[in-house]
Amino acid sequence: MWSSLVLAALAQEAPPLVDPAAGTAAFLDVVQVLQSPRCMNCHPVGDAPLQGDLSRPHAMSITRHSPEVGLPCSTCHRVVGLPLPGVPPANPSWHLPPANQVFQGRTPAALCAQLKDPAQTGGRDLPALLAHVRDDALVRWGWSPGGRTVPPGSHEAFVAAFATWIDAGAPCPPP
Amino acid sequence: MKLTVNGTIHEVSDPPDTPLLWVLRDRLNLTGTKFGCGMALCGACTVHLDGSPVRSCVTPVVEAEGRSILTIEGLGATVLHAVQTAWIEEGVPQCGYCQSGQILSAVALLNAVPTPTDADIDAAMSANLCRCGTYPKIRAAIHASARRLGAARVE
Repeated sequence: MWSSLVLAALAQEAPPLVDPAAGTAAFLDVVQVLQSPRCMNCHPVGDAPLQGDLSRPHAMSITRHSPEVGLPCSTCHRVVGLPLPGVPPANPSWHLPPANQVFQGRTPAALCAQLKDPAQTGGRDLPALLAHVRDDALVRWGWSPGGRTVPPGSHEAFVAAFATWIDAGAPCPPP
Repeated sequence: MKLTVNGTIHEVSDPPDTPLLWVLRDRLNLTGTKFGCGMALCGACTVHLDGSPVRSCVTPVVEAEGRSILTIEGLGATVLHAVQTAWIEEGVPQCGYCQSGQILSAVALLNAVPTPTDADIDAAMSANLCRCGTYPKIRAAIHASARRLGAARVE
């Protein structure tokens, strides 16, 4: 028992791999991505997904409840889609995240606290979140969105900034 | 590639990125499904793919390969569907251009919610446009369809 307590204490006292100031700076880069239209449009306040670089509510009054009445996202958002102007973006896993995973209108400090709360990340801890931003098909779609504006920086730079933030102990910027 | 449309298997040789709509209309002569916008904005081209509604104007035909496609012709091939009957009884169509898509979206709604409220109908049908503005009649016909289908279940 004592050995486990000592190990736990050592783990708590272990210095972060990255200077916290660098971690905070990296997180602010992460926020720039999370609140860019390609990411934020699917993490809106309220029930309506957003569209376009102006992040307007989805046309035709689409909400997260539309699938419940027989109007699933896949009605218009197909698997591979067509290379034609104005056609809805396509991805086999097109969907909205749960309503409490909001990026829109959050301060960096609030977003930081949110990402560290598994109740607001679908149960993901920080390593799982890193895997999500690295591997998830819809996250990766954000950097190949069929002619739409991409988030700032490359996907690789985004994942690297996310990892830097975690390695720095996931410090949060001041409120 | 093989397409199963209204229970019949068809062999087509269109390029895989051809919109399903044009294969249905131009190759198979199933012209009940209409072209409206070509961008999934109006719902006139709605068909069912394995029971789920899709806008055929933005669905590459390759996505329908090996799956079951239902068009308005198949919905009432033997006996009119309750929604089609209600459409006639309520006198819904005016110009009629959007009706195939409206009916197939209404069927998808009733499959998901057998007794929909006005709010359910508005939410489910919000992506099917009617330039004639027959929305009140569409809503009435869906309620009538729900009653008819409910009575059939009781029997």
